[in-house]
Amino acid sequence: MHYTQNDAPLYEAMKNLRQNRVVPFDVPGHKGGRGNEELTEFLGVNCLKADVNSMKPLDNLCHPVSVIKEAQELAALAFGAAASFFIVNGTTGSVQAMIMSSTKEGDKIIMPRNVHRSAINALVVNGAKPVYVNPGVNNRLGIPLGMSVKDVEKAIQENPDAKAVLINNPTYYGVCSDLKSIVDLAHRHGMMALVDEAHGTHLYFGKDMPLNAMAAGADMAAVSMHKSGGSLTQSSILLLGPSVNEAYVRQVINLTQTTSASYLLMSSLDIARKNLALNGASIFEKATKYAQYARDEINSIGGYYAFGPELIDGDAFFDFDRTKLSVNTLDTGLAGIEVYDLLRDQYNIQIEFGDLGNILAYISAGDRALEIERLISALAEIKRRYGKDKSGLFDHEYINPIVSLSPKDAFFSEKEKMDLEKCDGKICGEFVMCYPPGIPILAPGEKITGEIISYIQYAKEKGCFLTGTQDMEVGSLQIVKE
Amino acid sequence: MELWYTENHTDNVRFSIKVDKHLAAEKSDFQRIDVFQSKEFGRILTLDGYLMVTEKDEYIYHEMITHVPMATNPDIKNVLVVGGGDGGTVRELCRYKTIEHIDLVEIDEMVVDVCREYLPSISCSLDDERVHIHYEDGVRFVRTAPDGKYDLIIVDSTDPFGVGEGLFTTEFYGNCCRALTEDGILVNQHESTFYDSYANSMKRAHSRIKEFFSTALVYQAHIPTYPSGHWLFGFASKKFDPRTDLKADWWNSLGLVTKYYNTILHTGCFAIPNNVRNTLRETYK
Repeated sequence: MHYTQNDAPLYEAMKNLRQNRVVPFDVPGHKGGRGNEELTEFLGVNCLKADVNSMKPLDNLCHPVSVIKEAQELAALAFGAAASFFIVNGTTGSVQAMIMSSTKEGDKIIMPRNVHRSAINALVVNGAKPVYVNPGVNNRLGIPLGMSVKDVEKAIQENPDAKAVLINNPTYYGVCSDLKSIVDLAHRHGMMALVDEAHGTHLYFGKDMPLNAMAAGADMAAVSMHKSGGSLTQSSILLLGPSVNEAYVRQVINLTQTTSASYLLMSSLDIARKNLALNGASIFEKATKYAQYARDEINSIGGYYAFGPELIDGDAFFDFDRTKLSVNTLDTGLAGIEVYDLLRDQYNIQIEFGDLGNILAYISAGDRALEIERLISALAEIKRRYGKDKSGLFDHEYINPIVSLSPKDAFFSEKEKMDLEKCDGKICGEFVMCYPPGIPILAPGEKITGEIISYIQYAKEKGCFLTGTQDMEVGSLQIVKE
Repeated sequence: MELWYTENHTDNVRFSIKVDKHLAAEKSDFQRIDVFQSKEFGRILTLDGYLMVTEKDEYIYHEMITHVPMATNPDIKNVLVVGGGDGGTVRELCRYKTIEHIDLVEIDEMVVDVCREYLPSISCSLDDERVHIHYEDGVRFVRTAPDGKYDLIIVDSTDPFGVGEGLFTTEFYGNCCRALTEDGILVNQHESTFYDSYANSMKRAHSRIKEFFSTALVYQAHIPTYPSGHWLFGFASKKFDPRTDLKADWWNSLGLVTKYYNTILHTGCFAIPNNVRNTLRETYK
């Protein structure tokens, strides 16, 4: 390959095409925006002109042979992977491709229970069975952490027939597991090591970051380029290690991925990769600095705990992603979700999410000092104006699940609707989760307990956005008929 | 050859001043800073291309943002000026011997440097011994200021987009309220209502200030170089009503010579026209 990281082959091919003024008698029908004036005015003519269809000079994502292939090869090099795939169905698509290309119906896969719903969704589709490892829990913060190596080892010994181990790294909150040890452990037992790196693009480009999946020797990693990588929403990259059958993975991806992949998304991946390869170190240095400044300032307000590397324990909190600004709010007497709502409704500040005990503000190179100051000031004001006694606040975010059926069996079983408060002891036939972060409170096949019911009711009362159920109000659940 | 400085007052309206000479063109960490020499308006300071002050009409803005609160409460001793790196507001404040301490918080040191060099008639009091300049973010400064420290806070800011954005927010006004004494006064540059884009910022700012102060009024001045020429200031206090609490005799006894402000205008400037009143009513909804 004659390209370097200064090139962006797909982006350059799209620019050439535009200069050539090719007459479009193909889809999309808006024809560079001329067919939809209002949309063009809203999104801009350049955006509409870049919304083109696959054609010979622009390659084809389903079967890449030229510029997309080259762009993917450059991405693989930039990430230190053997191969990479551009994914236009979100990191959900990447996670599903990892799971569906490493397991089949009835196969076991070891994973932490605090995975994103996309992982369990994949199991509903392909019928593999989850073996859950309970993540470590920090009781002070009430958040699930990473997996401890001991717990993974135990799961592997109890399930030597499992095909793969899936690792969340880092978690939404920035907590990392001992990736290298877990990957080595999986490999020693002949299992694939898959890493959900939805929150980890920057680990590949920043300085002094926690270890990334490819460097740890993982077989596959799902990387949300659109989160910290700067590409457009819904674009993602799947990375492969050297021992994975790339051609088979491509076939698995093509089972569910669109045949009309968006060139807006793909070109954004190509350009974002170039930018990360050239400027990533300084971009993430800036984000890390902002996050550290904000942590220090927020901790000086009192009542809030913006946690960081001081919690590293060599185990389930093996490392910390310092670009993350996760703040525990319980000592202000306010639930995280309440602070999240106040920030938006009273202060016009939208943060990434608030759960029962914490908020997460997403910090990136796109931030400016003045916005960081606003966030800190608003948090100080929220404490002053709305802070109260902290008694009565629910403080744990993780409940150990009791798995009675595989997600697929439960999802496709005969189900009936039952009022939430009557569901104690029943098997759940659907997902229940707060979104974000999208980590299931209940997954299909899990036993519903009184503790879970009161957790759901409390989350509703505090204003969490609950999703996954047929009942849009989450007043009832679909339970498996006995 | 003709050289013109032009500012877009809206996407469809322009305001131009013929320029003799481009005296300074600097780029700081925060913004672009320019100074022009013109025949009609003397020297002109612009930030990111937006006109801030001209030598010819700056007195209107600086007198009105200062003397209205000062004539309302003669006991003002501690003053915080946020923004205002040109020094015009500080110059007016320094004319009061009763003031003991002035903190000037300007995020951009280069603005102060440029104004000291090119606009001495405006920046002339920055070296007064009562003036303490802090080069930092105003939002941060107010957040970390002690409770009840100031008798008067003047927000002498740019427009609510870019560098000055944080100075129009709920969190900023809340912290100002906390940093003011019980009889403290908050005065701010309050945009105008004539053009929609400015009207919206003005409405937002006003309703946010209302959350914290029992008295929240606007008063007006006519400033030829600002968009529409009609400009507003906000006056907020937990105690004073500037219309009835004016200490006219005291203020006139000081013998301050002003070119725009007087104690009759003081009451009159709160008599706002219907278009502004209607916009404010929308705010209260």
